[in-house]
Amino acid sequence: MKDHSTIGRPAPLVDGIEKVTGRARYTADLADRDTLTARILRSPVAHGRIARLDTSRAEALPGVLAVVTGADCDVPYGVIPIAQNEFPLARDKVRYRGEPVAAVAAVDAGTAEAALALIALEIEPLPAHATAAEARAPDATLLHDDKPGNIEREVHHEFGSAEAGFAEADLIREETFSCAEVHHAMMEPNATLAEYDPERARLTLHSCTQVPFYVHLAVARCLQMDTSRIRVVKPFVGGGFGHRTETLNFEIIAALLARKAGGKVLLRLSREETFLTHRGRPQTDVRLKIGMKRDGTLTAVEAEVVMAGGAYAGYGLVTILYAGALIHGLYAIENVKYDGYRVYTNTPPCGAMRGHGTVDMRHAFECMLDRMARELGLDPFALRRANLLEAPTFTANGLMVNSYGLPEALDRVEAASGWAERRGKLPRGRGLGMACSHYVSGAAKPVHWTGEPHAVVQMRLEFDGAVTVLTGASDIGQGSSTIVALAAAEVLGIDMGRVRVVANDSEVTPKDNGSYSSRVTFMVGNAAIEAARALREKLILAAAEKLEADPADVVCEGESFFIPGAAQSELPWQEVVYAALAREGTLTEKGTFRTPEKAQGGKHRGGAVGSTMGFSYGAQVVEVSVDEATGQITVEQVWSALDVGYAINPLAVEGQIEGSVWMGMAQAMSEETAWRDGLHAHANLLDYRFPTIAESPPVEVHIVESIDPLGPFGAKEAGEGALSGFPPALVNAVADALGIDVNFLPVTPDRLLEAVIKWRRAQKRAGGAA
Amino acid sequence: MSRIIKLEVNGRVVEDLVPDNLLLVDYLRERLALTGTKMGCDGGECGACTVLIDGVARLSCITLAVAADGCAVETIEGQAPGGRLSPLQRAFHEHLGTQCGFCTPGMIMAAESLLRANPDPSEAEIREALGGNLCRCTGYVKIIRSVRAAAEAMA
Repeated sequence: MKDHSTIGRPAPLVDGIEKVTGRARYTADLADRDTLTARILRSPVAHGRIARLDTSRAEALPGVLAVVTGADCDVPYGVIPIAQNEFPLARDKVRYRGEPVAAVAAVDAGTAEAALALIALEIEPLPAHATAAEARAPDATLLHDDKPGNIEREVHHEFGSAEAGFAEADLIREETFSCAEVHHAMMEPNATLAEYDPERARLTLHSCTQVPFYVHLAVARCLQMDTSRIRVVKPFVGGGFGHRTETLNFEIIAALLARKAGGKVLLRLSREETFLTHRGRPQTDVRLKIGMKRDGTLTAVEAEVVMAGGAYAGYGLVTILYAGALIHGLYAIENVKYDGYRVYTNTPPCGAMRGHGTVDMRHAFECMLDRMARELGLDPFALRRANLLEAPTFTANGLMVNSYGLPEALDRVEAASGWAERRGKLPRGRGLGMACSHYVSGAAKPVHWTGEPHAVVQMRLEFDGAVTVLTGASDIGQGSSTIVALAAAEVLGIDMGRVRVVANDSEVTPKDNGSYSSRVTFMVGNAAIEAARALREKLILAAAEKLEADPADVVCEGESFFIPGAAQSELPWQEVVYAALAREGTLTEKGTFRTPEKAQGGKHRGGAVGSTMGFSYGAQVVEVSVDEATGQITVEQVWSALDVGYAINPLAVEGQIEGSVWMGMAQAMSEETAWRDGLHAHANLLDYRFPTIAESPPVEVHIVESIDPLGPFGAKEAGEGALSGFPPALVNAVADALGIDVNFLPVTPDRLLEAVIKWRRAQKRAGGAA
Repeated sequence: MSRIIKLEVNGRVVEDLVPDNLLLVDYLRERLALTGTKMGCDGGECGACTVLIDGVARLSCITLAVAADGCAVETIEGQAPGGRLSPLQRAFHEHLGTQCGFCTPGMIMAAESLLRANPDPSEAEIREALGGNLCRCTGYVKIIRSVRAAAEAMA
């Protein structure tokens, strides 16, 4: 779309200068000399009953201003209104090692730590279950009395008939895959600055959140305060990737401490504590059975997924629903049976992580497609092409697909990687693999169903000729503030320099549900366009009055208002601003976005999860070389094409795709949590391994633009869809390089080496027998 | 025990009484309010706290403030004299070498140290020099591009 004046070309972030100069203030940067320091006492055991908790000696320590325990908050919280079973500080029972039990605010860190040492905590241990299998065993101890079998949520869905589909198949295969638990490890450790004014009974929070609105609601509930007495500000946030898409215990703890101390408290978690807050992607086992025709056409899918979800509900039921729902939406599949089990385990609660719920399932699916293609003598690209959707359409489970750039994405990476000439023809130890993926552009049904629009934006015309955009959209580095500024500048035909974005201060900005499920560009972008159009209409009316013309004839473009063909009648921006303010007094317009009914998914239970206005579509090729002597994989090059509808800011779209491909690579090759007697053994950035710059490959990004009919300027999501393509493309590339299929993630050198040795033995046995 | 230290921070001489066990990162952030230097880990894991000491990249989270006595310390705040971005700052801004921005100050300081020693680094040299600086947002693709762009702009 070349007719845009501002969008569609690379734009640096509107807050980039703050970031490169060190002027950007993150939560922990906001403390001053009056600020108290907080520390948390955490459970030393993974499961147990609190027998004794005595804080009197800590309270008596000079310099201690507040001590809080589970007794200070008996209101459970949790992001899903029907699944709230967590307390900010444990009451009666602890369910994972590292769970907060008490917290202290003191004049300095040394005093706070000394106070923690004075708290007497006795816990009667209970049997602890770190894995889903242990927790599901018949004699397992229950984490929650109301959850028999330690099952948080079971999902049983069938669309079409899997049985009938398998009956039609020429080839049926079934395999199981095991994927390790992974964590977001965003660079900024968790922090909340809480300030309580006892005279006014008002609380102000600055917090590193993706969802300041949810934090606002949860803190009000847990502290039993009226929401109007709370102000939540999101300062600069150092990444999130889903970790911060729900209110987290430390945010409520900081608020409790500030209220009790009657002052300002900074609770900054260590990196270890940030790991213990977890909320990442659960350890997931996938049993997958696929049936297809000889030409590769899919006839049936049957999947069983078990997730070790950690100790509390969190987003769990959404995650287990996503894993089933997004089997659909990428290919044409009519017969799908899905059984999902979300299991409570004595580990920190899991949550949403980039590619929420879909990554491990997509991994299994794309690996199996490649293996079945091999058996049928089909090229992996040809197999995918045999199963394409035709937009617009609805999937078997009721998901709306309006735009579908997968065919072009396939073409682009196939050509760019030299697939046809090189695949299967590289020397042993070098290989090419591919996979496809998709992700939602915002969940069509919100977590809190209040009936309000999904997104709102206010746009205010200033006397000085500036336009202020007021938004609750949380920029966590992905560039959402830049997107709303670009939308305003584009629609109003003004220079970006006139646009100011004020975001995330509940005292000033309208609410927004937050930055998750890749919703912001789609929803807030559309709301920003609507607000800017409304403002433009008002400006055109004022201009028409001055020009004594019909408003329908007035064009607003290039910071001026004119009637095409009438050379003398042109008004500069500022003159029309004055005229409009003379008419209106003050001018603030709003824009809203509501999700269309037809986008809201199927009517079955859980049908809202997975529903969206549009999916991004990705195809990816990964080239690896593998050292058979060590099991070490080197990723030489990645080609990633993603249908993002339209790239409003191609620079940010590239950055999102590069980053998500890389995060998929990190999960595929090295990331995993590890638990020893409930202790997190990887709770630092050395043992929790992810690639440094030295091991990170070049990523060639191909932006595909399918111009979605509902997207803002045609745009869809760009930040998640490419992630889940990487792990299966990597495993498929290893298969091409060595002829060895592996069914685990991450593919670490030791595990791959073991697989190589096993394969060699099998080859030898087969050779000996022949 | 406390000790008086005298050092130069971003070109200004400062003299302070500091405890022996005070880390340089805490001295910079809490005493001098230079919060551009970040703490991303529990010590020596991530590189977010990288500053220059006598022109060389060092981790301020595993350096004592007293160890900087008599030294010239440079932080991200000193990189834009007169408010104008340094070539590296401009390149990171324009080429999106920064997303969330949390690793950025450390990344730019490590790259600054590299470019002073080697004004025209190869991609491999950039990868080696920034190997101790972690980023979760960019996949490093645009960080490498930013450092190269800065080198080219300075050539």
